[in-house]
Amino acid sequence: MLKINAQHVDFYYGASQALVDICMEMAEREITALIGPSGCGKSTFLRCLNRMNDTIPGARVAGKIELDGRDLYDPKVDVPDLRRRVGMVFQKPNPFPQSIYDNVAFGPRVLGLTQALADRVEQSLRGAALWDDVKDHLSEPAQNLSLGQQQRLCIARVLAVEPEVILMDEPCSALDPIATLAIEELMRELKQRYTIVIVTHNMQQAARVSDRTGLFWLGRLVEFNLTEKMFTHPDQIQTEDYITGRLG
Amino acid sequence: MLEAHHLRSALDQRFIQIRDDLLRMGQMVDAAIDRSVTSLKERDRALAHHIIADDLIINALRSTIEEECLALIATQQPTAVDLRAVVTAMFLTNEMERIADHAAGIAKTVLRMDDEPLLKPLVDIPKMAELARDMLKQSLDAFLARDIQAAHTIAARDDEIDRLYRNIFAELLGIMAHDPTTVSRGTYLLWCGHNIERIGDRVTNIAERIVFMTTGAREDLNE
Repeated sequence: MLKINAQHVDFYYGASQALVDICMEMAEREITALIGPSGCGKSTFLRCLNRMNDTIPGARVAGKIELDGRDLYDPKVDVPDLRRRVGMVFQKPNPFPQSIYDNVAFGPRVLGLTQALADRVEQSLRGAALWDDVKDHLSEPAQNLSLGQQQRLCIARVLAVEPEVILMDEPCSALDPIATLAIEELMRELKQRYTIVIVTHNMQQAARVSDRTGLFWLGRLVEFNLTEKMFTHPDQIQTEDYITGRLG
Repeated sequence: MLEAHHLRSALDQRFIQIRDDLLRMGQMVDAAIDRSVTSLKERDRALAHHIIADDLIINALRSTIEEECLALIATQQPTAVDLRAVVTAMFLTNEMERIADHAAGIAKTVLRMDDEPLLKPLVDIPKMAELARDMLKQSLDAFLARDIQAAHTIAARDDEIDRLYRNIFAELLGIMAHDPTTVSRGTYLLWCGHNIERIGDRVTNIAERIVFMTTGAREDLNE
C-alpha cells in the first residue's frame, strides 16, 4: 500500500535548484534507500518528507508530496504532528544530556502522552532492541552508552511517539561494522510496523537492507527500482556506472 | 551461514531459499536418474520422452537458483565461508543440471534403440545408478551439514561406479568383438553406462566443492 507519494518535486535553496522533478512512490512497511554522491540531493529530499527544510531561509518546495494521500505541504497541516508521524534519526547519535529514561520519555511528555509512561519507555526501548542492555541502568546518563547503543536510543526516542514513518539520514556512519549490522537487523524488524526511508553513502548498506533503492545524481532521480534489480541488472547505464564505480 | 546470533538475517533468509531450491532440484535430478534406468529396463519410450521434457524444467530451476545466488552476492556481500557457500551452491546447481543431462542422455539412447532385446541382462547399470543416486543424496546432506568426512566417503564410493563401468565396458567389448552384428546394441548400452559413470564423477566434483566450502582448501577427490 502506498505510504508516501512524491510527484514532480522541485526544491530550491534560494535561486539554486537542489531537486529537479523527483517522482517516487514509497510503499508502506518497506525500506527505501536513497543513494548517490555527496550533494546529489538525497538528504534534501529526505528532509522534504517531514518538512525539516521549512526552517531554512529561502528554501522552497514545488510539486506534491503526499502521506497517506494527504498533501504534506497543505497549509492546514500541523507540522509538529507531521514530525511525530514521520520521525527522524540523524547521522550522529544525538542523545539529550539526560538519563536514558528521560531521553525516551521526552517526546511523550512534550505531547502529553504521560499515561503509562514507563510502559511506553520500555516498549520503545524493546522496539529498538536496547531494553536488555539498559533496563538496569535507566537513570544513568545516555552519554554513557556506546555509539551503537546511543543510536538505538535515538531510534527508541522516535518510536516513543508512535511514528508511522522513520527517516534515517546516514544512521550508521558513526558506527563500527558490528554496530552497523545490529542497526540493520533492527531496521528489518522495524519494517514489520513502520515505513523506513534511509539515506546512505554506503551502497552496500542500501543493497543489504532496502526493498527499493533510488539513485540521485545532481538533484535528479536517475533510477528508482527494486533493490535486487538495481544491484544485479539496473535499467539505467548511469546506475550501472555508479554502483560499479565507473565514474567520469 | 545459519548459526544463531548471526547478525545477517537477510543473508540467512536468502540462503535458506537457495538451499530449499537446491534440495528440490536434487529430488528432481534423483527422479530423472531413476526414471532413465526404468525407461531403459522397460524400453519405455513414453517415459523417455517425459524425462527429456522434464529436463527443461530442471534447466529452468538451475537458472532460477543461479539468479538467486547472484542476487544474494549483489545485495548481501557474503564473505569467507558465506561467500564460499553461495559459490558452492552455484556450482552444485550447475553440476546437478549436467547430471540431469546425463539422465536425459540415457532417455535419448532409449529412443534410438530399435525393438531388439538388450544385448545382455541389465544388472550393473541399475547398480551403478543406485550408487550414483545414493551419492547424490548424501552429497546434498553433506552440503547442508558442511560435512567434509562425508564428502570424502562419497568421493570414495565413485571407485565402485568406475569399477562396475570397467566391467561393463570389458564385457560389452568382448561381445561386440566376437559378433560384429551386436555393435549397435552394445554401443547403446555403453553410452548408458558412460552417462552414469559421468554422474559419479560429477557427484565427486560436488564433494570436492563441499570440502572447499567448509575448509577453503582445494582437494582432488577424483583420483
